[in-house]
Amino acid sequence: MNGFPGQGSRERLKRKIMIQWTRKKDLAENPLEQSVRVVNYLSSGKSLKEKLIEWVLLFCAVFSVGITISIVVILFWEGLEFFKVVNVFEFLTGRVWTPLFVNPQYGVLPLVVGSLLVTGIAVSIALPIGLIIAIYLSEYAGRRFREIIKPVLELLAAIPTVVYGYFALLFVTPLLQKIIPELSGFNALSPGIVMGIMIVPYVSSISEDAMSSVPMYIKEGSYALGATRFQTAIRVVVPASFSGIAAAFIIGISRAIGETMVVAIAAGMMPNLTLNPLEPVQTFTAYIVQISLGDVPHGTLEYSTIFAVGIVLFFITLGLNVLSFFLARKYRERY
Amino acid sequence: MYFKIRRSEYVDIIFAIFGLVVCFAILSIIAILLGDLIISGLPRLTAKFFLSFPSRFPEQAGILSAWVGSLLVIFITAVCAVPIGVCAGIYLEEYAPKNWFTNILEINIANLAGVPSIIYGLLALGLFVYMLNFGESILTGGLTLGLLILPIIIMATRESIRAIPQDIREASYACGATKWQTVRWHVIPYSMGGILTGVIIGVSRAFGETAPLVTIGALTYIAFLPTSPLQPEFPFVSFKWLFDAFTVLPVQMFNWISRPQKGFHINSAAAAVVLMTLSLMMNAIAIYLRFRIRRKIRW
Repeated sequence: MNGFPGQGSRERLKRKIMIQWTRKKDLAENPLEQSVRVVNYLSSGKSLKEKLIEWVLLFCAVFSVGITISIVVILFWEGLEFFKVVNVFEFLTGRVWTPLFVNPQYGVLPLVVGSLLVTGIAVSIALPIGLIIAIYLSEYAGRRFREIIKPVLELLAAIPTVVYGYFALLFVTPLLQKIIPELSGFNALSPGIVMGIMIVPYVSSISEDAMSSVPMYIKEGSYALGATRFQTAIRVVVPASFSGIAAAFIIGISRAIGETMVVAIAAGMMPNLTLNPLEPVQTFTAYIVQISLGDVPHGTLEYSTIFAVGIVLFFITLGLNVLSFFLARKYRERY
Repeated sequence: MYFKIRRSEYVDIIFAIFGLVVCFAILSIIAILLGDLIISGLPRLTAKFFLSFPSRFPEQAGILSAWVGSLLVIFITAVCAVPIGVCAGIYLEEYAPKNWFTNILEINIANLAGVPSIIYGLLALGLFVYMLNFGESILTGGLTLGLLILPIIIMATRESIRAIPQDIREASYACGATKWQTVRWHVIPYSMGGILTGVIIGVSRAFGETAPLVTIGALTYIAFLPTSPLQPEFPFVSFKWLFDAFTVLPVQMFNWISRPQKGFHINSAAAAVVLMTLSLMMNAIAIYLRFRIRRKIRW
C-alpha cells in the first residue's frame, strides 16, 4: 500500500473490470446495462485480502461464543464427578451443606437461602435509592449537575469489590454492633447493606438511560395537562420506561447474587439455613472461595462440589441476564 | 380542587429536595468510608511498604511481590483481550449481517458481561490450570482476566463505532475505498478515543478483580519476584516468568483482611489506598477522555 491507501487494489480492480467488459461485450451492447453490471461487480467482488480480514474479524467475534460454551462444558465436565455420587434431587432439596465433614451432606439449600438473604437486603436498599436517583437525574436535575454526578456515580462502580469487603467487615459491622448488640461478627446484614450501596450505580445509570429515552413529546403532553414534574415522573415516565427499569433491577439482582468478595469477607463461612440477617451465612460464591483457599486436590469430590455450585450460580445469573437483555432491548426498540 | 393542586406542588418540591438529599447521602457515605480507609492506611504507606515482601510481622510486611504480580498479569490481560475485543467489536458493527447468528452473538456478549467473575475463575481452574496445564501461573491469571474484560472492550468498541455517522463511510466508499480500507483509515481512527476509554475501564476492572484469581489459586504468600524477562546470557529474553507463581494486590489485601490481628488490618487499609488510587485514577482518565471526545467531535 504505497502512495495513498487503496491505490494498488484499485488498479487491480480496474484491470478486472476491463477483462470482464471485453468478455461480456457481445452479450450486452446496451451501455446502460453495462454500467449496471459494473456497479454490481464493484459491490459484490472482494479481493482475497478483504475476505481474509473479514474471516479474522469473524473469528474474534465468534471467540466470545466460545467462552460461553467452554464455561458450560468445563462446569459440567468437572461437576460430573459430583453428580455421579450425589443425586441431583438430593442436591437441590437437601437442607444440610457439610461437604467437608466426615459424614458429608450435600444439600445446596443453605447456600441458596444465604445468597437470597444477602441479595434481598442488598436489593431492597439499592432499588429504591437507585430509582430515586434516576428519577431525580432525568426529570429534575439541571444539565450541569447531571454531567457532574453521573461520572461520579460511575467512579463508585470502579471501586474494587475487595475494598467494599473491607468496609463491610471493619467499618459497617462494628458500627451496626453498636446499634444491635446481638449482631455477630460475621453476618448477612452488613455485607447486604454494603452490597446495596455498591449496586446503586448500576441500577441508577441503566434506569436513567431508559427514562431519558422517553420522548419529550410524551412528557410535554403530561405537562400541558398541568401535571407537576413529580406526577409526570411517576405516572408517565416510569410506566413508559418500565421495561428499561425492570432490566436495571434484574441486572442489579444478578450482580448481587454473583458478588463474591464482600460476602466472602464479611458474611462468614458457615452454611446456615436461616432468614435471620444477624447470623453468619454462606453464599454460593463464598463457598467457592472457601474451597479455593484451602488445598483441595484436583479430582476429589470436594473439588467437584465447587463446580456443582458454580453450575447453579451460572444458570441463575444466566436466566436473569437474558431476561434483562430482552427487557432492555424492548425499550430501545420502542422509542 | 385548589388545595389538591397546591398539595401536588408541595409533593413535587419535597421530592426535588429529597432526590438531592439521596444523591448527596450516597456520595457522603462513600466519602466517609474512603476517609476512614485513608486515615487508617496512610501511616503504613512508606517506601518500605512498597519495597518489602509479605511477612509474618505486620510492621515488616509489604506489597512488592503483589504490585509486580499485578503489573505482569495486567500486561498479559491487555495483550490478549484488546486485539480480540476490538476486532470482535469491528466485526459486529461493520461487517455482521443482521440475522439469527449475529443476534446470538449479541445476546451472548451481553450475558458474558453479566456472568459473575468467580465463574470465570472456575472456567480458568478447569481449562487453564488442569486441562492445558499452565498451572497456577501468571499466564493463567492474565488469560483469566483477559476473558473477563473481553465483553467490556467489545461493548466499548461497538458503542464508539456506532457514533460515527454513515456519511463518513459513504464518502470513503465514494472515493473508491474497499470495506477494509474504510475501516482501517476512517472507522478505527475516529473511534480510537472511545476504544481507549473502554480499554482503560476494562484494565482497571481487571486490576481490582480478586475472586477469579483466588479461585485459580493465586498464592498469598510470595516472598520472591518472578524470573526477570531480560537475561544476561544469550537469547537475552526469557519467558519463564509466564509460568511463575504470583500474587496480586487485591488478593494480598484479601489475605490481610481475613487475619485476626489488628496490624494486618492496617496493612490491608494501606493496600486498599494504593488499589483505590490507581483504579480511580484510571477511571477518571477514562471519563475525562470520553468527556473530551464528546466535546471535540461534532459530526
